[in-house]
Amino acid sequence: MLEAIGVASVEELFAELPDDVRLDRPLDLPPGAAESEVVEDLSALASKNADAESEVCFIGAGMYDHYVPAIVDAITQRSEFLTPYTPYQPEVSQGGLQVMFEFQTAISELTGLPVSNASLYEGPSSVASAAYLAIGATKRRRLVVSRALHPHSRQTLETYARGFGAEVVEVGIANGLTDVDQLAAALDDDTAAVFVQNPNFLGAVEDLEALADVAHARGTLAVASVDPIMLGVLRTPGECGIDIAVGEGQPLGGRLDYGGPSFGFFCATEEHLRRMPGRIAGETTDADGRRGFVLALQTREQHIRREKATHNICTSQALNALGGVIYLSWLGKRGLVELGELIVRRTAYAREALTAIEGVEPLHDAPVAREFALRLDAPVRETLDLVAEQGIAAGYGLGREYPEYEDGLLVAITERRSKADIDRLAETLQGVVAGEWLVGDGAKVSDSETTAPVAGEVGT
Amino acid sequence: MTRTDTLAPPSNADTPTPQQRERAVTIFERSVRGRRAATLPPSDVPERPLEELIPQRLLRDGDAELPEISEPEIVRHYNRLSRRNFDLDTGPYPLGSCTMKHNPRVNERVAALPGHAGLHPAQDPKRAQGALELMWRLERALEEICGLPHVSLQPSAGSHGELAGLLLTRAYHEDRGEERAKVLTPDTSHGTNPATVTMAGYEVVKVATDERGGVDLDDLRTKADGDVACLMLTNPNTLGVFDENITEIAQIVHGVGGTLYYDGANLNAIMGWSRPGDMGFDIVHVNLHKSFSQPHGGGGPGAGPIAVSDRIEPYLPVPRIVRAEGSNGAAPRFDLDYSGSKSIGRLRGFQGNFGVFVRAYAYIRSLGGDGLKDASETAALNANYLLARLREGRGGKYMPLAFDRLCMHEFVLSGAPAKRELGVKTLDIAKRLLDYGFHPPTIYFPLLVDEALMVEPTETETKESLDALADAFEEILAEAERDPQILLAAPFTTPVRRLDEAQASRKPVVRQALE
Repeated sequence: MLEAIGVASVEELFAELPDDVRLDRPLDLPPGAAESEVVEDLSALASKNADAESEVCFIGAGMYDHYVPAIVDAITQRSEFLTPYTPYQPEVSQGGLQVMFEFQTAISELTGLPVSNASLYEGPSSVASAAYLAIGATKRRRLVVSRALHPHSRQTLETYARGFGAEVVEVGIANGLTDVDQLAAALDDDTAAVFVQNPNFLGAVEDLEALADVAHARGTLAVASVDPIMLGVLRTPGECGIDIAVGEGQPLGGRLDYGGPSFGFFCATEEHLRRMPGRIAGETTDADGRRGFVLALQTREQHIRREKATHNICTSQALNALGGVIYLSWLGKRGLVELGELIVRRTAYAREALTAIEGVEPLHDAPVAREFALRLDAPVRETLDLVAEQGIAAGYGLGREYPEYEDGLLVAITERRSKADIDRLAETLQGVVAGEWLVGDGAKVSDSETTAPVAGEVGT
Repeated sequence: MTRTDTLAPPSNADTPTPQQRERAVTIFERSVRGRRAATLPPSDVPERPLEELIPQRLLRDGDAELPEISEPEIVRHYNRLSRRNFDLDTGPYPLGSCTMKHNPRVNERVAALPGHAGLHPAQDPKRAQGALELMWRLERALEEICGLPHVSLQPSAGSHGELAGLLLTRAYHEDRGEERAKVLTPDTSHGTNPATVTMAGYEVVKVATDERGGVDLDDLRTKADGDVACLMLTNPNTLGVFDENITEIAQIVHGVGGTLYYDGANLNAIMGWSRPGDMGFDIVHVNLHKSFSQPHGGGGPGAGPIAVSDRIEPYLPVPRIVRAEGSNGAAPRFDLDYSGSKSIGRLRGFQGNFGVFVRAYAYIRSLGGDGLKDASETAALNANYLLARLREGRGGKYMPLAFDRLCMHEFVLSGAPAKRELGVKTLDIAKRLLDYGFHPPTIYFPLLVDEALMVEPTETETKESLDALADAFEEILAEAERDPQILLAAPFTTPVRRLDEAQASRKPVVRQALE
């Protein structure tokens, strides 16, 4: 090969690297390892994590421990889906392009909005992408967010907004729900969009229609971040007059994966189609009149439009979106509804069971669907540690992101959390809150570290 | 050595292939009322009417029209669709700038371990020590490879890393009380660069390319002034050539107070040979789905960690991974640190695409430092060998190298002579390549090369597969000499033939109409 190239050594291929930027030593990394050693090394790391198989997981806060059917893994691991690039050559990418088209159809059905893209990175950054569209569409630069929007979404929006040159204004929560009066008062003629979430971060089911009406009264777009699983039972953003619906796709057949990769989805009303971010597959015909699919509306995109593109995204989350459409096909029309109903009923049961405990109160009494917020008459961090000792992850402490709910705990329910699991959580939580699990002669545990289970031994 | 004509693929559309005869049917069209796949756990709590729990007006009216279909039919449907894709495991995929290298299956195995795949992202760090340690180790490895002292793994892809880089640049300048409006990008840059500049609220200023394919220093000096926030650069650049003037470029940009951003899409060319930090870059993004073997998945997932210099570090996204040494011989403890008063904040939810980190770490662990250097070396060897083969015969005549010098891991040809002399465009050559069983190179990029073909074979390909690819090009150009119509009408063997992309944009049908 060197002879064909006309050089004497491989080093000559790097001859153009100037001396002052050449690394004159080996990389300081561990030496390469055999495949078996790599598996051992990574298995050892994995065993130091308390995963949702080794303990009973009531944590939600945006990602949920749903069952992932075997066919999702079986199909997404096929080489033909796992290893291609973005479908730039449609004649040999019909599989992936048709998957995108099916995905767009399924997500559009879920949200009740007519157009969907083929995925974005994940949930919170999709919220920020909606802001970019709203600013472009309205030529306004103020963004009003509900405090009941996921803290990660609000923080991500703040980060992006500095690039957009936009101001972010927050409106408060009243009894678990976005404060509609505060929202109305916060809007002005320079407000591009209002951002709400359903169910909101505290688990409460918002009245999206009322929120959208308030936004539209000022010519402002209404953006909702929605939980795709609960769209089987909750009124759709489309029916409620929402202009843009986005969300985190992990609940649709995605693993927890410590937070990613998952996918974000992005749907809108027809008028925003040409401003949408990301890939969009469209139906067309080939030279012989056969049905086929291509990347549509590419003139929105960075590789064609460069600085005038509607977004900078290139690599997105196609494989995770495939998992999503397989999952939705597996659940099917009835399954999605049944799953939603099961979760709503178990959530109601769990809320009642847990708030019946002395020292545990509901944080709000708004209706909930799959998650609810509690107030504990015990320190949340220490309580979580003590419940974890019994192999249960009781939920998500609200204190860091909501100092006003320092005593707040968010509990999530999926079809994997049976009545027996819920009863066990109730019993354990009751014991902890009542002080039964506190060490010694009832003194409060001051250093939770000392009672935390040793990593790697959880659930064994 | 050329193939015999008997090996050439069909060159007319007279006999449709079995796949072509099969009309595309969507999963919605396979739906039959009453069929289903999923069984759910039985209800074990009181079956209360939903409207008792949630007010009726907040409940959905009609069901979403999802497919009604059995599990075997779902599996058949997606298996059938999968066969309508070309993929890296089927054959060479020399897509320039995309680094289509082999995806080791051991990475899939370790990513699927329950301790990784089943770990909730909001798990208490005390009970996620393995995940945090893995991320911490990956950060240190990327720092060493990039030659920069700090890493954040948070960005989800290259474009997300770019946005992070410009928001970091903005925070850095603002912290020093400066407002700058412009970002320089070479005319060879990836489309994501200028798109990111606009999203980050800056104005794009293009820098010209010199006759050797590098940044035009005179043009750079003219445009570099106190209003320049940053220069975004890829090195080796999208022409596959290493910019030897990089040190001087860095001096010019730093001289006017700007930051230097490294688009890591081409890092696969130089791992272990040269480091962006040593070249003077302040911010680097790394595409874990390119250089570090995360499968591309038909368009993601990826991850775009960023490595930065000391002066940029205070602005990195939160949370950061921190390690505290254990006292009295205890193991070190890892945690998430949300402080950082100057941080640009979050770029997404939770900690990033952890599953991608697992695969990238497994890859780095498998290869080690020497192996990474070998990978880059072999990538450059393969690219230069393929280039040498393509310069022989008709390739050299009809598709010459755009900038005549040795390349790194990829090279750019210009199909302008083929268009002029044979009447076939680069698009036509690419489409005919599909009939030969190869994925075409990236085409019509970079924009400054007329009829561009950007070829990146990666270290994955053997000499035999490179020879076969070179032979296919040679034979296609011979066909073009004989009968250009073959190329103009190609492909003939793919599941569908050339598609009407204009129609899909003029009258977009982006979802299926359902009852």
